[in-house]
Amino acid sequence: MKIIKKLALGLSVAAAAQMAQAADSGFDLATVDPEADRIALQKYFQSRFPKAEINDYVNGIYAVDADSREQWEELEEFPPYEFAVEEGETLFNTPFANGKGYADCFENGGIGIRQNYPYWNKEAGTVKTLEMEINECREANGEQPLKWAKGDLAKISAYMAWTSRDKPINIEIPADDPRAKAAYLDGKKFFYAKRGQLTLSCANCHVQGSNIRIRADLPSPQLGHTSHFPVFRSKWGELGTLHRRYKGCHKDSRSKPLGHQVEVYRNLEYFQSYMNNGLVVNGPGARK
Amino acid sequence: MAKNILKVKAKARGDKTKVKMMAKHIMESGQRKDKKTGELIPAKFLQELKVEHGGKVVFEASMGTAISKNPYIAFNFAGGAKGDELVMTWKENTGASATETAKIK
Amino acid sequence: MSMNRRTVVKAIAAGGALIGASVMMPRAAMAAWAESAFKADKQDAAMNALLGSSEAADSAEVTLKAPDIAENGAVVPVTVRTSMANVESISIFVENNPNPLVAEFMIPAGTDADVSTRLRMGKTSKVTAVVKADGKLFSAAKEVKVTIGGCGG
Repeated sequence: MKIIKKLALGLSVAAAAQMAQAADSGFDLATVDPEADRIALQKYFQSRFPKAEINDYVNGIYAVDADSREQWEELEEFPPYEFAVEEGETLFNTPFANGKGYADCFENGGIGIRQNYPYWNKEAGTVKTLEMEINECREANGEQPLKWAKGDLAKISAYMAWTSRDKPINIEIPADDPRAKAAYLDGKKFFYAKRGQLTLSCANCHVQGSNIRIRADLPSPQLGHTSHFPVFRSKWGELGTLHRRYKGCHKDSRSKPLGHQVEVYRNLEYFQSYMNNGLVVNGPGARK
Repeated sequence: MAKNILKVKAKARGDKTKVKMMAKHIMESGQRKDKKTGELIPAKFLQELKVEHGGKVVFEASMGTAISKNPYIAFNFAGGAKGDELVMTWKENTGASATETAKIK
Repeated sequence: MSMNRRTVVKAIAAGGALIGASVMMPRAAMAAWAESAFKADKQDAAMNALLGSSEAADSAEVTLKAPDIAENGAVVPVTVRTSMANVESISIFVENNPNPLVAEFMIPAGTDADVSTRLRMGKTSKVTAVVKADGKLFSAAKEVKVTIGGCGG
């Protein structure tokens, strides 16, 4: 009964909120305006969930659903990701065979830099994610790349996020390279485009559908997405990367999962992370 | 040799010590099947955990397979001061057993 | 109830092959793990085996904190506390689990009757906390729903 009421209420709210378009700027290079999009998204969620603090959106669904939040707070009493952060620290500080280490590959020795990822790399002409650069660092030093979804790569990424906690997310779209804005636009289009057997877009569930039950799940709000990755999901019983989640989300919504770190996933991460500018790094997180 | 499996956060506050601990342990229930072979994975779980402070038992748990993976337990006891040692002894259903220590902060 | 020291030594010797120098002798004997209670497949039988009775008086003094709908049945946070005096133990049961007894916590004098843990639930079930105080049993129960989600389940 409670569930049904919630759904009915949610739908009416969502219908009303659709008038306040979440993405205010356009879908072509001439009109797209990332900053206008970001502000529009914040306004959308402010009017949708007036009681939720904008800064709290880094906590995902727990920013807007009290019941889930209570359980999550219990988990945070002793976060399930703590072992993984420690292991990530050890891995991060273990030198490669050539004597070098991850610290040599990153700005500031890799500490406290998560807020700058992903970023537009002009030389490579593509969006670089943190996970991508961790593996590039390995390969540049004669090591095999790590598997993308989970395990050591996720742990190293978790440690690097941990050292960056509470730093304001700072995604830049350099004006001197129009390809950067094109990458943002590509990610934005992907987010709003319907796909798969259920003809759902990311936005259907994570903008209009956020905090409305899909069977037993409450989709998290788009605002704040990516800020708490990598994530320890109870479902996985372990840590996983953002792109693992992208793939899983596509599978769950019956569309074809793409590969780890493919260009459009990186562009999607770029777009989503830009939406979080002003919020803080909160990874790794614990989710259901 | 065996690494410590317990992570303990113990804080002395006023006349009490608040203890939160997590064990890195699979807590294999014995009811799961190996996806490849279809055979049951044998149970392997923590059965007992005892916490001592100053030679006195302050907490003791008997656990079954319905305790979640990476078991979490929180409790408080009277006494304890910063720098005191807690002695934890655990035992698995396999017979494996160990004693670990942690300092109260 | 408690195993004598010699039995513990033997048990440890038996398991000794997989232990090594870094594993020390437990400093004091542990209480024997209540095998028949943990292996019982009905809650009444488990309570009888563990506590000698399946009757516990509902008590408002026993607080059981558990979610209405578990976010994930694999990790259900539960807290049991009571302000009763002379508490000897707190035990937790999940009626619809294959083995209802989840855990028993011994509460020595000086330790608060206030314990938190995380447990597994296979499906929606009544969760019962039983407090043994002054040799008597008191309980609190609540239903926790476990759902299969589209994304999280």
